[in-house]
Amino acid sequence: MSYEIVFDVKRGDFDKAGEASRKIKHTLQQLGVTNKIVRKIAIAGYEGEMNLAIHSLGGKILLEVGESKLTLTIEDVGPGIPDIDLAMTQGWSTAGDEVRQMGFGAGMGLPNMVRNADEFDITSQVDVGTKIVMSFLL
Amino acid sequence: MEKLLHSVYLDEEKCLGCTTCVRNCPTGAIRVRGGKATIIESKCIDCGECIRICPHHAKLAKTDPLSSIRNYKYKVAIPAPAIIGQFKTKYSIDRILSGIKSLGFDEVVEVAYGAEVVGRALKYEYHAKRYPKPLISSACPAVVKLIQVRFPELTDNICRLKSPMAVTARLVRKRLKEQHQIKNSDVGIFFITPCAAKATMVNNPLCCEDDLYANIDGAIAIKDIYSDVLTYLNEVNPGEVLQNSTPEAFGWALSGGESNYLKNKNVLNVDGIQNVISVLEEIECGKLDTIEFFEGLACIGGCVGGCLTVENNYVAKMYIEERAKKAKQTSITHMPEEYVKEIYNSGMMHIKERISPRSPEPLDTDINKAIEKMHEIEVLESKLPGLDCGSCGAPGCRALAEDIVTGKAREIDCVFILKDRIMELSQVTNELLQMGLPTGKSNE
Repeated sequence: MSYEIVFDVKRGDFDKAGEASRKIKHTLQQLGVTNKIVRKIAIAGYEGEMNLAIHSLGGKILLEVGESKLTLTIEDVGPGIPDIDLAMTQGWSTAGDEVRQMGFGAGMGLPNMVRNADEFDITSQVDVGTKIVMSFLL
Repeated sequence: MEKLLHSVYLDEEKCLGCTTCVRNCPTGAIRVRGGKATIIESKCIDCGECIRICPHHAKLAKTDPLSSIRNYKYKVAIPAPAIIGQFKTKYSIDRILSGIKSLGFDEVVEVAYGAEVVGRALKYEYHAKRYPKPLISSACPAVVKLIQVRFPELTDNICRLKSPMAVTARLVRKRLKEQHQIKNSDVGIFFITPCAAKATMVNNPLCCEDDLYANIDGAIAIKDIYSDVLTYLNEVNPGEVLQNSTPEAFGWALSGGESNYLKNKNVLNVDGIQNVISVLEEIECGKLDTIEFFEGLACIGGCVGGCLTVENNYVAKMYIEERAKKAKQTSITHMPEEYVKEIYNSGMMHIKERISPRSPEPLDTDINKAIEKMHEIEVLESKLPGLDCGSCGAPGCRALAEDIVTGKAREIDCVFILKDRIMELSQVTNELLQMGLPTGKSNE
């Protein structure tokens, strides 16, 4: 038995910011996933959702629930990341001033995802988009 | 009073089944069944929103009547700091406390006294370093329950110092025993409460069942004694000095009162249960990582906004701020630091047991079955109109879909589905009526 749920995230849509992560959290709680894993996914998912709203031109979050693991795929259309190693450094961010004033964009996004996920994979192409796949073992 | 899990209850005669409370409950804990509102015990956090919002005043809080103090030889009232916001500032705090005493108590001790101790001890607890950041205030029992139910991963962040109420009771009992040789069982301590959540806590202390000396014998609603105290304020001028609180301590009645004790820390104060939920969501997903202390209070304005108070919360706040300006004593001159340290180090103000999560039941303990049910819920939800009208007695279409799949409701509880079914049926009836009977007259 498997379960899938997809969320669309538009660029700059801060009214809905966090809604996908909130729904993902609620769904996982109902499926009986342990609190500890739910929190890890909530943190990683929120970072991903914010990245879509801040850095990309919009994208999708896909949650897949299997018997032994959960997979969270965050895929966007956008500028891409020219230097992934640099983007993985704590505190590095390309976010604009306006976004920073809202409390977002202090870097940390990618390292935070790596810290919380059991498996992390990122591919990015400049001017095309970025795809992140994270797995969490149940 | 019997041990109750919740102090919020329903006056069935007054309830019209209107679903106002259902749609406004922050944890989705109410359903209308059989025309009456029912509370799902495992989800209720005693925040009192339904008491405030019910247009028919059918939701009530179970508190103790004043007469229950007669069961004890030595009667002590411990009013919440919010009490002094209920009366105009022309009445001194001493006078208000005398008013309460005149109701039949041998002694009145402000909970603000315990608040001073807890507030001052907070810095020691903060530096104890066994908490993940941010440290979360345990002052509001509704917020503590909210975290247990909805933010289970944050339960370890909750400060494990007892409440000012419990600490006050503890100190009073200790003094009565040591200095006046009054038997503990003869002492009846009654909390004068601004809210339902505290009333529940009196009956179900967070974790101090093991500590007889922190025990509180009953909770009396501020609104139940208000008129009598007010009458007294207008009649007599007592002149007895009873106040034992500083502006910092009675400031606990307002949002930010507790965190005011943590100087030089990044604190975040939030009031109103919906606001508290929004901010806890941000804390949970790791966004607010620079916050060191979080104080969340369920009622707007803090305890002055409790559903068992009388005065408007903004007016009450103004009265408390006026009183603070007039006050002479400050926190530091009032209570020596050694005294606070001694109490803190004695361990008597610590909650011994872990504050554990009370996560809601999953759809099924077997993940495969849970997934199956989740699919069913989504199919059902897509059939429902999505208006969240509440006519089915659930807070929204999604909640109804969940209730149907878990066997607690039926599809035809939705008035739109019911209407469609009747339509189908009437079409069939019509078709049948159109068909002529062999023995009858031809329709042509």
